[in-house]
Amino acid sequence: MPPEPDLGFAAAFAPALLDPVRLAPEIVTGPNGKAPGKRYDVYRNNVTVSLIDALAAIYPAVQRITGIDFFRAMARFHVRQTPPISPLLFDYGRDFPAFIAQYEHAQMMPWLADVARIERAWLDAYHAADAVPVSPAQLAAVAPERLGDLVLIPHPAAGIVRSQFAAVTIFAANRDTSPVGRIDAASPEDALVTRAEFDVVVRHLPPGGAAVASSLMSGRPLGEAAARALDAAADFDLASNITGLIEAGAFTSIAFGDV
Amino acid sequence: MTTAIAPDMSAVPLRYSAPIGGVAGTSFKPEHLQAILGANQRRGFFEVHAENYMGAGGPPHRALEAIRRDHPLSLHGVCMSIGGPQPLDKAHLARFRGLVARYQPALVSEHLAWSTHETSFFNDLLPLPYTAATLRNVCDHIDQVQDAIRRPLLLENPSTYIAFRESSMSETDFIRTVAERTGCGLLLDINNVFVSATNHGFSALDYLADFPLARVGEIHLAGHAEQADDEGDLLLIDSHDGPVADAVWKLYEIVVRRRGGVPTLIEWDSKIPDWPVLQAEAAAAQAILDRCRPVGLTGDRHAA
Repeated sequence: MPPEPDLGFAAAFAPALLDPVRLAPEIVTGPNGKAPGKRYDVYRNNVTVSLIDALAAIYPAVQRITGIDFFRAMARFHVRQTPPISPLLFDYGRDFPAFIAQYEHAQMMPWLADVARIERAWLDAYHAADAVPVSPAQLAAVAPERLGDLVLIPHPAAGIVRSQFAAVTIFAANRDTSPVGRIDAASPEDALVTRAEFDVVVRHLPPGGAAVASSLMSGRPLGEAAARALDAAADFDLASNITGLIEAGAFTSIAFGDV
Repeated sequence: MTTAIAPDMSAVPLRYSAPIGGVAGTSFKPEHLQAILGANQRRGFFEVHAENYMGAGGPPHRALEAIRRDHPLSLHGVCMSIGGPQPLDKAHLARFRGLVARYQPALVSEHLAWSTHETSFFNDLLPLPYTAATLRNVCDHIDQVQDAIRRPLLLENPSTYIAFRESSMSETDFIRTVAERTGCGLLLDINNVFVSATNHGFSALDYLADFPLARVGEIHLAGHAEQADDEGDLLLIDSHDGPVADAVWKLYEIVVRRRGGVPTLIEWDSKIPDWPVLQAEAAAAQAILDRCRPVGLTGDRHAA
């Protein structure tokens, strides 16, 4: 009896899928002695193109900014270097913003990686668990002396992206097809991403707002968050900021003390 | 602590939906949601790729709930990697089970293919050799899936562009043996048969004659694209981006005459047309289902 064939086919088949320099694997063939080259290339093409398409679907504003050819060339490098590790494609591309930040040909767009971070947060909010946000009335009902110990439980869809550039304005201007005017990219902008019910909304946080929101979302009490915000921006309006976060649907419930 | 609306699906009991018989359906694409809900048309079913609904919440689940309210659902897994040598991804299997429990689909299917190797997910239905070793491996994986979902899975025949030198049995022998050993049903993709027959130079009719039609619980029809191989001969690509080819319709009619009414899906996954175009393709399949009466094969006529 000859030795039973093992299950090594995948290890032989896979390496050339994302490496255009390699030849088709020895283990495959066309029918009747035909060459495997262009036949194997169908798989190679399916893999590469579908993964580039997946990145284009996750990062439409980045693609609109760079143009399709630039985007697909950049995405192709990333796909080959960092293929997905999950079969859920809406989870793919988490490393793409960092790739963009160091991508040689994107250096003249230093804000591009932050726009990508907002798009990644947008998709996370889109697929996040549904939950009912806490209402401003629930917060208003809290006795003033307890506010310092108040802890807010973050909504599953809520996220913050901080940027040294005008990433929120650039993101918003490039998520649809209307013309984009001149944007002062050098003005720092932090984003709050939420989905209270159906629609994902990206808001531009005021100075100091990201510090307080991050502190609250990591479970720190309101008193501590307020102190951090005042460090970041001396004229910070705590009451209107907290109300804004609540109205945006950033939290699902109120608790007290360490949670 | 959070007021999450979506329940934990691992605790939800698994239930069967009623069988749907000789009915034509289409892929469900979110861009068609309003047209479908507005049409108030109840015949037919919708199929979705399971992976697109494996997020925790949000608009995808709302859309699927809206569709599922009035229509039977077919849950079509694309990424289980049943044909791959490595163990099934337990987390992925749990997510798949969760969807079956939540949406109680009429049909549940997966592919005779693989898509993950080591840690990389390739997002394509990759081919496998047909050997004693791969047969055992595929049967083990299908046993695991069926144990998890507590019902028979429909296994889909692949479209392929290459062959493996080490293959020692035909695709139809392989698929028949898998079905016999695991008790799984089969999803017969007639476009895949036509694509593979062209690409490998065999007769689609011979393949269908050799295919265990009695085990077929669903049929797929789709469009394909044309390229050329290294020798300049026609190479068909399973592209799902256009109407069903005339030759595939003819094969379909032959199968329906022999097999009887089977749920039939028009698959259309890229260059998505407006809803009426997809609906018209389904109507063409329905006309064949309504016109063709099975001959012989008594006992196969349970489909309404």
